[in-house]
Amino acid sequence: MSGGISFDSVSHTYRPARGRAVLALDRVSLAVREREFLALLGPSGCGKSTLLYLLGGFMPVETGRISVGGEPVTGPGPDRGIVFQNFALFPWKTVKQNILYGLEKQKLPRPEREKRAQEFIDLVHLTGFEDSYPSQLSGGMKQRVAIARTLAIDPAILLMDEPFGALDAQTRGLMHEELLGIMEHRPKTVVFVTHDVREAVYLADRVAVMSARPGRIKEIVEIGHNGRPAPEVVKSSEFIDKVDYLWDSVRKEALLAQSQKSDG
Amino acid sequence: MSALKRYFPILLLGLLWEIAPRLHLIDPESVPPLSTVAVAWWNLLRSGDLASNGLSSLQNLVAGLALGVVVGTALGVLMAWYKPLDELVHPVVRALYPMPKSALIPVMILWLGLGSASKIASIFIGCLLPVVLSAYNGARGVDRVLVWSALAAGATRRAVLWEVVVPSALPEILAGTRNALALSFILLVSSEFVIGQRGLGYLISFLGEGGAYDAMFAGVLTVATVGFLADRIYLAIMRRALAWRE
Repeated sequence: MSGGISFDSVSHTYRPARGRAVLALDRVSLAVREREFLALLGPSGCGKSTLLYLLGGFMPVETGRISVGGEPVTGPGPDRGIVFQNFALFPWKTVKQNILYGLEKQKLPRPEREKRAQEFIDLVHLTGFEDSYPSQLSGGMKQRVAIARTLAIDPAILLMDEPFGALDAQTRGLMHEELLGIMEHRPKTVVFVTHDVREAVYLADRVAVMSARPGRIKEIVEIGHNGRPAPEVVKSSEFIDKVDYLWDSVRKEALLAQSQKSDG
Repeated sequence: MSALKRYFPILLLGLLWEIAPRLHLIDPESVPPLSTVAVAWWNLLRSGDLASNGLSSLQNLVAGLALGVVVGTALGVLMAWYKPLDELVHPVVRALYPMPKSALIPVMILWLGLGSASKIASIFIGCLLPVVLSAYNGARGVDRVLVWSALAAGATRRAVLWEVVVPSALPEILAGTRNALALSFILLVSSEFVIGQRGLGYLISFLGEGGAYDAMFAGVLTVATVGFLADRIYLAIMRRALAWRE
């Protein structure tokens, strides 16, 4: 299956049970190339997570069209794996059971499932924690379980919703390296939602900046790392310039969002 | 040592129960001393009355409670999942919730006769609503990202119900079941008062009417102890089932 994604004039309105309807996304059009790492950057409340949830098929696409490999998205599917900010592990399942869950759904034969689960536990350096419950793990370990659980079913597309937002800076840095390492060996199309500019520039091939609500694609910036970025890249003037530029771009939107809020 | 300290007030109460009637601070006819009650309890045990009535009570209790928990959980979870069912059932649940379910015992007798079926049905009805509401609240509180994670992994909506929603709601369901357990004892004993024939409630009322007050107290004490032990055992099971939480 092809991993190219296209958003075609996608709008989305939230209609809360009480209160007035809010236009979250306004005619968003965007194409994500196959095996590209695209970061969606924007101030909080700009609809970037909504865009991801629509692509995941968790909410119905009401206006416009989202297609994956030419096929319209109509619901969730194992071709699009997702990693959430708050890990979303099944707390009543152990590390191994969490990873096995998706493999069972994919109807893999038992020996194959066991082998694959162990392989991914080892991949995210959680060997020895197979039988631990999520409540016994640190935030970084939980997120590694969530990533392993999603990668184990080998989706063509990886959706990440501020996956490292709940982690401390140290752990976040380690997770970046781990993610890049995994991507090197198992390339996928990645849509990565974040409000961390440095994270976006470091990880992504392209960064799409979203405007304040209603969310639109404001601009797209090519990062163009040559292969996997080395950790030293963050010291290069090119990197710093891009971060500065994007920081300004997002800051304007964040200020705009703030003034919208104070307007009521 | 700490257990002794914790239950010291109960020990004190037992002591008071023994001494007060002996010193005629309370009428020993109305409250026989604890030792007299203990002897009566021993006699009830030896005669086999306690075992046969206790077994009957326990069977009806387990049947009614199990039925209430299974049906209540299913109904509560489905209400949380299917809005039309919620809209249909919720007003009924809300209207019937405050009603004392023991008022339905005569209705059960009318429909099911003077036997175990009426007792089980009464316990079932008494247990049902607390379980329905706790399962409903638990299922409504399920984190949507857990549901999404399961769907993205390829689970069907029906599988999500059993594999994600029910386990997510388990802490609430188990807490509701504990309330149901306490209610089941109330309904058990009251239905046995009304229906008679057998059971610990029947034994208590039979002995009381016959003027065997020491034995009647022995019956009351037995019910209280069994209820207490059932709750303790239930708590231990609940803790094990929820061991995955911190």
